[in-house]
Amino acid sequence: MPHPAQAPIRPRGSSPTHLVGRRGVVLVWVVFLAGLLAAGGCESSPQGASRPLCIAGSTSVQPFAEKLAEIYMHRHSGTRIDVQGGGSSAGLYAVSHGAADLGAASRELLGEEKKLIEIPIAYDGIAVIVHPSNPLTDIGLAEIRQIFSGAVRNWGALRLPPHAIHLITREEGSGTREAFEHLVMNKTEITPAALVQDSNGSVREIVAGDPYALGYISAGLVDHRVKTLAIDGVLPARENIKNQTYKLVRRFLLVARTAPTGPRQAFLDFVLGPNGQKILEKEGLVGVK
Amino acid sequence: MHREKFIERLLLLLALSSIGSLALITIFIFLEGFPLILSAGLKNFILSSHWAPTKGHFGILAMIISSILVTLGAMVLGVPLGLACAIVLAEFSPRRLKMVLKPTLELLAGIPSVVYGFLGVIWLVPPIRTYLGGPGLSLLAGSIILGIMILPTVISISIDALSAVPDLYRDGSLALGATRWQTVRRVVLPAASSGIITAIILGMGRAIGETMAVIMVAGNALQIPTSVLDPVRTLTSNIALELGYAAGRHREALFATGIVLFIIIMILNLSATLLTRRR
Repeated sequence: MPHPAQAPIRPRGSSPTHLVGRRGVVLVWVVFLAGLLAAGGCESSPQGASRPLCIAGSTSVQPFAEKLAEIYMHRHSGTRIDVQGGGSSAGLYAVSHGAADLGAASRELLGEEKKLIEIPIAYDGIAVIVHPSNPLTDIGLAEIRQIFSGAVRNWGALRLPPHAIHLITREEGSGTREAFEHLVMNKTEITPAALVQDSNGSVREIVAGDPYALGYISAGLVDHRVKTLAIDGVLPARENIKNQTYKLVRRFLLVARTAPTGPRQAFLDFVLGPNGQKILEKEGLVGVK
Repeated sequence: MHREKFIERLLLLLALSSIGSLALITIFIFLEGFPLILSAGLKNFILSSHWAPTKGHFGILAMIISSILVTLGAMVLGVPLGLACAIVLAEFSPRRLKMVLKPTLELLAGIPSVVYGFLGVIWLVPPIRTYLGGPGLSLLAGSIILGIMILPTVISISIDALSAVPDLYRDGSLALGATRWQTVRRVVLPAASSGIITAIILGMGRAIGETMAVIMVAGNALQIPTSVLDPVRTLTSNIALELGYAAGRHREALFATGIVLFIIIMILNLSATLLTRRR
């Protein structure tokens, strides 16, 4: 009779691969499918009489462009508009090489890109937010940079009761982060100690719950649960964003390679017309008209 | 007879197609991610913790360390709890109680991870922030949530391992005058040890592969943590967090992160398989 300790006992009905395997496989599939999606492009759309209008570019503009396209398509049942992300640079590249009809950019055009025709459609302010119980009301642009670079880590440096600042930033690749880095950070990197969240909503959620948090979100998405700071004395109010006295403002642009005609012009007319601008204002942006 | 053959063939084809998709996935991630590891250099990739993919820095060391720490934390919390639970259910509880409790525990595995994450954000993060300090979203929060999430895996496989020990052993031990606890500790547990180790390894695999709940409670900061209250980003979080907007080299870097994860999970799976086969 064998000693029990050495007896080979195999667990019944457990397959060692199924649990780990399933987890891994699901994730891998997500990566795989995303790869397939990213590999597609405007060119793969069917060519023909009703060729869809293709807008590609900034992921910050994307949700607004989708909204506009949806309503436009609802009104003009003959037109189809495809809206894709990919980032401002990718969108501008696609337009200049004819792969997209219109590009969407959430930053100013640079270098070669300046040859393209830019059509500003809206302004978006980036609000720096804190918990409502935070006594701070005003902050300097330089102070924000010092905090986000990790040089200043304590509220004490801002003449408040000393406590660690809980910094919240957006993930690498986000349009809001890109704009924040461009407008505030001036080539300095955001500290790796900052919390990272992948949407404006979750940044707002954390700031609303944490008295020591500091984050930034699109000004249109600020609500009563968080407090917006004035930057160098200016609040991101509608007028201040429009005349750009508020420092953290970016323009949302649609970009074309040649002077827009036909369906492109019709869509742009809609976007810049009262209806389109009203939609953008309703979604939290500041219109250009 | 023809029909029989046809069905056999069909089943074989279906079985092969699932293996085929696994092979395709493997080839695909390696094709997508490997060029980046080559161009950035393996050393810069896994031994640097400077991750700024849009500026050309692709170090994932902080995330590898964070993944390991979060998983270890989950083990420290989940394994003793799970094992204790399995011992009670397999050895000390009446048959009827076991018949109610075991399916209930397995139900835990069916709860979507986003629900665990949400509960973590609502119930776990604020007390950590208030009573222990830090931003609350932390290594500790991630470990606790994962510790709970691995319970069903650890418990159900451990129970299976314990139940597989023949009653003959228990009877023999009791007949020699051992108490029930002595029997469990000296006879049943050692006899079931390879199955229990498998349960722990599979729990580890579950923890290291978990994504959604960890993104929600761990804070996703890019640093190497110095305390359990520091926010951390795991390998899976990194992929899921940035995939949406990633393009070009950034996207390749996320696939390369996937390669590292793939290798870690393969190692865990293989060791689980080897341990169950051990004679």
